[in-house]
Amino acid sequence: MITAKKNHQPKTLEAVVIRFVGDSGDGMQLTGTQFSDTSAMFGNDIATFPNYPSEIRAPQGSLYGVSGFQVHIGSVEISTPGDNVDLLVAMNPAGLKTNLHAVKPGHTIIVDTDAFTKKNLEKALYETNPLRDGSLENYRVIEVDMTSLTKEALKNVEGLDNKSITRSKNMFALGMVYWMYGRSKQHTIDFFNKKFKTKPHLIEANTKVLNAGYFFAETLELIPNSYTISPAKMPSGSYRIIMGNTATAWGFLAAAEKSGLELFLGSYPITPATDILHELVKHKHFGVKAFQAEDEIAGIASAIGASFAGDLAITTTSGPGLALKGEALGLAMMIELPLVVVDVQRGGPSTGLPTKTEQSDLLQALYGRNGESPVIVIAASTPANCFNYAYMASKLALEHMAPVILLTDGYIANGSAPWKIKTVSEMPDINHKMVKEAKTDWHPYNRDEETLARDWAIPGTPGLEHRVGGLEKDSLTGNVSYVPENHELMTKTRAEKIKRVQNYIPNLNVEFAQTGDLLVVGWGGTYGTLLSAVKQLNEEGCKNIGFAHFNYINPLPKNTKEVFSKFKKVIVCELNNGQFANVLRMNFSGIEFLQFNKIQGLPFGNTELMDKFKQLVK
Amino acid sequence: METTAEKKYTFKDFTSDQEVRWCPGCDDYVILRSMQKALPEMGVKREDVVFISGIGCSSRFPYYMNTYGMHSIHGRAPGIASGVKLANPDLSVWIMTGDGDAMAIGGNHFIHILRRNIDLNIVLFNNEIYGLTKGQFSPTSLVGQKTKSSPYGNTQPPFSPGELAIGAQARFFARIGGNNPKDMTQIFIEAHKFKGTSLIEVLQNCVIFNDGCYTKYTDKDVKEDKQIYLEHGKPMIFGKNKDKGLVLNGLKLEVVTIGENGITQEDILVHNAKEQDPTLHQMLVRLAYPLATGIIRSFDDVTLEERENALTAQVKANSNFRKTDDLFFSGETYEVK
Repeated sequence: MITAKKNHQPKTLEAVVIRFVGDSGDGMQLTGTQFSDTSAMFGNDIATFPNYPSEIRAPQGSLYGVSGFQVHIGSVEISTPGDNVDLLVAMNPAGLKTNLHAVKPGHTIIVDTDAFTKKNLEKALYETNPLRDGSLENYRVIEVDMTSLTKEALKNVEGLDNKSITRSKNMFALGMVYWMYGRSKQHTIDFFNKKFKTKPHLIEANTKVLNAGYFFAETLELIPNSYTISPAKMPSGSYRIIMGNTATAWGFLAAAEKSGLELFLGSYPITPATDILHELVKHKHFGVKAFQAEDEIAGIASAIGASFAGDLAITTTSGPGLALKGEALGLAMMIELPLVVVDVQRGGPSTGLPTKTEQSDLLQALYGRNGESPVIVIAASTPANCFNYAYMASKLALEHMAPVILLTDGYIANGSAPWKIKTVSEMPDINHKMVKEAKTDWHPYNRDEETLARDWAIPGTPGLEHRVGGLEKDSLTGNVSYVPENHELMTKTRAEKIKRVQNYIPNLNVEFAQTGDLLVVGWGGTYGTLLSAVKQLNEEGCKNIGFAHFNYINPLPKNTKEVFSKFKKVIVCELNNGQFANVLRMNFSGIEFLQFNKIQGLPFGNTELMDKFKQLVK
Repeated sequence: METTAEKKYTFKDFTSDQEVRWCPGCDDYVILRSMQKALPEMGVKREDVVFISGIGCSSRFPYYMNTYGMHSIHGRAPGIASGVKLANPDLSVWIMTGDGDAMAIGGNHFIHILRRNIDLNIVLFNNEIYGLTKGQFSPTSLVGQKTKSSPYGNTQPPFSPGELAIGAQARFFARIGGNNPKDMTQIFIEAHKFKGTSLIEVLQNCVIFNDGCYTKYTDKDVKEDKQIYLEHGKPMIFGKNKDKGLVLNGLKLEVVTIGENGITQEDILVHNAKEQDPTLHQMLVRLAYPLATGIIRSFDDVTLEERENALTAQVKANSNFRKTDDLFFSGETYEVK
């Protein structure tokens, strides 16, 4: 099963995909994060993808309780967490069973043999032990009695109960992987020192286990080979590793500072959006007002109130929450106040797949309100650019006096990647519409001639007292109006205002072929997977494929039709049943939009994309 | 900031140019005029006053006030008003709502805003009926009440707004008849002064769909005998002849007559609106005879803003972060050459 090689030379690889899997209480998310952070500091480009069950502590050893963390590290540009796995670390039989299909044949699996007990095998629905029945003979399996070795390493450490001993075995696995890829343990040791500042025995224990794993891998000849991955070539500058949800939160912090406004978040916890709330509540030092409301509706309602009173106001949610916010969002649209609604999309419909990713809220974002109710809709496409799009969402809301829905998804929100740190000074200016003092003949619905944005007069400003509301209003005074022509005029004005945002957003960019046989189209969080598929095909010689990815969805960029017209075929790839394809059909008649859809709660795989595109350019 | 003394407002300064469209004879006119008269007495600048409403007859109120205002969506005024107040604590914020808006569709927000104790005011127009949708029963309609949606009589037992509110930790609760502008004006002023969420239930007659629902308490010739107007620090005495009073008999309030059975004024309970323990306030709210009006509860407590401000000051004092750049470059960053 294991080919022992002596005196092996480290292999140099461009990129490697590692997946850590175990019980949801096994600490796999921590192990994965430590490995990816360490690699990023070493200079690798990285992309990560956590995959965990919605149960907090699912029954031990069960198939549905498996928690995983995948990391893709490379000396080349990494745009996705990767498809197939070069190294699987499986802490129990359930983890092995549910993840084996992802391991490339011939590649490596590390297992904790201590966890392959009769009971655990039964829970994982194995009839025979896969370590013994020959079913793994196409892989390099490294069997390590990790639990016993962890116990042995800790036998002289005082003050530890059995539970904390077994729970630190994930650090044994991490130590092994560090050695295999030539990574330093220092970052993780620093982490222990910080995290367990007041519990020195835990610092000692975790450091011991990490070292034990590292030296185990170094000493034993059982390791089949080891790899080195050189630093990636990235633009010079200061970087940090950032999660999509954190980047979103930080984009709002930057927008508040740049615009000179205070930031108000009204929110209700919902997976996978809650981390934005968790992040923003920390930042009272910047005067952030984060209000955890009693429900989704109160979350957006409080944000509308804060916006009326002059704050940069946002609310964060996921699909079901957006449904609840629909009526209030219509109010914000009607009274033309700046507001950002973040929808971190998850698998739907209804409660759906809360911890899995999907792009199926697009039509809800565009149309999920009563009446003619257009809002600006934009989508972030990588963990790091959640920062930019949160910032842009704020800028557009404030400059155009309109609600903006920012779509991200579970995949980029929980994924992390290097972020070249932006300073607030390098971000574009935000010119909000606040009027500071009374003018003669002023009306609440005075509009900017270019953008059609109305003035933002906030309570506390003498002489500008006025009333707004959800009833249709007169086009100038804002007083209630049932005049038929006025309603039509206001409906069209509100639509035109959103359409004119086209003049303030960048054109659609095309990567690779600028004209040719096939244009691959995507939007939002699928950017990385689509990019790597097209890039790889390009490197394989398919020079006739272009790639256009949308971040601005309502309104669409001005040059959209022109881009489509340069290709013979257009295929729209999305993690839903074809929502964006239908939007494009509605907007651009005469163009045939092919579709590639996946609705499994999972991101696209590289191979399935490449196969599909190859077929189309044959 | 300019001082409020510079300009003395009259009720006209708070009257907007919009034509008032409630039914003739509606108590809503009384509430409107009482508010317009109370505001000049509050010492608050017109531009600092914000009225937020939901949906229903009561919720047209903001349009008629020459202040900042928002006529929002059904039941959600508490959320919106909370956002306004948290964004700018200097504002005087008023929620104008009805029994359906506050206790049916907005019931969840209603209890939570009371629990939080944000410094704002809620005026609840309770007419025990849905007016704007033309006559269905509301969460305060009585059992047996015949309405458009209960032609054979309502089968759903009602909420008592005060009981619900105090159960949800309301610190300030007042009740006043819709035909009593003088006391109503004074209660609005007291509500404004109170630091925390104040709730004023107005017993508002709907002349079209529920006419006369409060006459047994509020009619001129019965009100002194059927209502007790509570004032902090004063004995609980009522009646045309000021000879009726309330005493505690075991765990019940009991009406006694001064001068009968040896009862003197000394035996009568003295109203303590500021008492933290709401037990007696709840008993007063539930009392059917006499009906308790006036400020029933007014317990001074820490507001949400005070807690938030204290935390923010503490976090700011202990933090090195002044600009977002400080955060972005903090912790683990690395250089790519």
